[in-house]
Amino acid sequence: MSIRGRIIGVIAGFAIFTVVVMVWAPTVGTTSISLAKAFDRSLPWDSNVDAQIFFVARLPRVLSGALVGATLAAAGVVLQALLRNPLATPFTLGVSAGASLGAMLAVTMNFGFGLLGVSAIPLASFAGSIIATGIVYALASSQRRGLSTNVLLLAGVTLNAFFSAMILFVQYIADFTEALRAIRWMMGGLDVAGYAPIVAALPFTIISLIAFAFMARTLNLLSAGSEAAAARGVEVVRAQRLAFLSASLATGAAVSLGGPIGFIGIIVPHLVRLLVGSDHRIVLPASALFGASFLVLCDLAARTLMAPLEIPVGVVTAMIGGPFFLWLLVRNS
Amino acid sequence: MRDLLWADNVSFRYAAGAPLVVDGVTVRLADGALAGILGPNGSGKTTLLRLLSGTRRPGSGRVLLDDRPLDQLSRRDAARQIAVVPQETELAFEYTAIEIVLMGRHPHLGVFTVEGPEDLRIARDAMTATGTNHLEDRPFHELSGGEKQRVVIAAALAQSATLLLLDEPTASLDLGYQLEISSLLSRLNQDHRVTMAISTHDLNLAASICRELILMRNGRVLAAGPTNEVLTPENITLLYDVEADVQINSETGHMTVVPIRRVELRQKTL
Repeated sequence: MSIRGRIIGVIAGFAIFTVVVMVWAPTVGTTSISLAKAFDRSLPWDSNVDAQIFFVARLPRVLSGALVGATLAAAGVVLQALLRNPLATPFTLGVSAGASLGAMLAVTMNFGFGLLGVSAIPLASFAGSIIATGIVYALASSQRRGLSTNVLLLAGVTLNAFFSAMILFVQYIADFTEALRAIRWMMGGLDVAGYAPIVAALPFTIISLIAFAFMARTLNLLSAGSEAAAARGVEVVRAQRLAFLSASLATGAAVSLGGPIGFIGIIVPHLVRLLVGSDHRIVLPASALFGASFLVLCDLAARTLMAPLEIPVGVVTAMIGGPFFLWLLVRNS
Repeated sequence: MRDLLWADNVSFRYAAGAPLVVDGVTVRLADGALAGILGPNGSGKTTLLRLLSGTRRPGSGRVLLDDRPLDQLSRRDAARQIAVVPQETELAFEYTAIEIVLMGRHPHLGVFTVEGPEDLRIARDAMTATGTNHLEDRPFHELSGGEKQRVVIAAALAQSATLLLLDEPTASLDLGYQLEISSLLSRLNQDHRVTMAISTHDLNLAASICRELILMRNGRVLAAGPTNEVLTPENITLLYDVEADVQINSETGHMTVVPIRRVELRQKTL
């Protein structure tokens, strides 16, 4: 089979799986509904309970799960290639810690502002992620030439620790209900209440995903190191900048929508690589698609396993992801 | 013969305040040349190759490719003419040998272009030339050192460049592979008219395939010229502080270097 044929075939396979999951997931829940009835336009909206549950309660949640899952998984792929480290995650470079601090401040200080139907918490968390990205970027490019991936990694890890301390401090001085709300946000959740937050996050994720598409083959070359990539015709510094900034933007948008949902950005790329190899022209789109379906399925488990009680989706992904991560470590060493 | 690549009095340091790693070096590579770069560890061989390939820019001086300043070319345009075989290739992810070789096609492809039948043919021809066809679908990280090196050389050949710069291509190989790689390089130079510069610690490899040599020490050129004029016991002593005997081997007809003993460091004239 030609290379093009293989790329298209594999992506089509993942796409079909994702579409099936996304159509099926909204029909499952404590109340079972029928797709046919939900889409039956002859019934008036007010009396069509199935349509209301489908379009108001479940579809936004599935869509936000798909968007967050796709974005985090793809950002994970890009950062792993950029740092040449298969154990990197979208949260390695401090973006999510910045976002969490922003959200934390919005909760405890009762920020009242909103923008285009988006409330203060996602706005503050997005701002936090941008600030964290800016700090890490400035540190890593402070040296005379290029972007140092070593400094990137160290600055990110340090910033993570620093922001975590700030988060603990704010939590400590906050009152009980505020602290609980903030902690709940940090567990991650896809109950986004309507379409407005999804629409607000969409432009940023689309821009990032387009940037990812442009750099797919370049990421293959970067995996042999920057010197080797440059010798094969890659403008390394430009590629590294684009990879870092777009992956950070994507992560910031995803976290502001769903909270810092862990492990998606590492489990999904690894599973995809095990299945289809390491060509980023396949790994990137396949991870985005599989990340979407994987998070939707995790969220499905989160809202049905202990119904009517809901488990935070971040807890579900971490309970799957933690052991998986350890298995990977053992397998790699 | 015209100069294909000309480094004109280039100097380079890795960071401001750091010592010069390459210090006023002038190198001319004629079209079709097969030049060896010799020198002790830390003499600036690898850095000189980076300057010649354009992945690093000299702090002063200039590098001309076909009479055009190399730093005026985009990386992509430069890579279409100059391919590099690094000392070691460490991959962050697992790729098959053919995927590695196809990466050599990168500078010839558009952003969204996928390698077509022509690219595959070029990649497979390069694998044939390096005797790695049977490894096509094997994971690169499972190959032996010699196989890896030959696959990486195939990737450089797939780049369809006229110039090939190799950084200690035989350093990690056993005797059999050393001979194999050196005859491969010699063949590529003669049959495919690939101009080459090879940095190496292996004096006998250099003596057997390189028609000219550049001797480097402390970032400077100690001597340069035809192999039989440059590879003298005196120069070897200046280069490595080693007393050596140089003879013509009756079997191969090549110069052979036999190191005898390390000499005490003494006042250098250079």
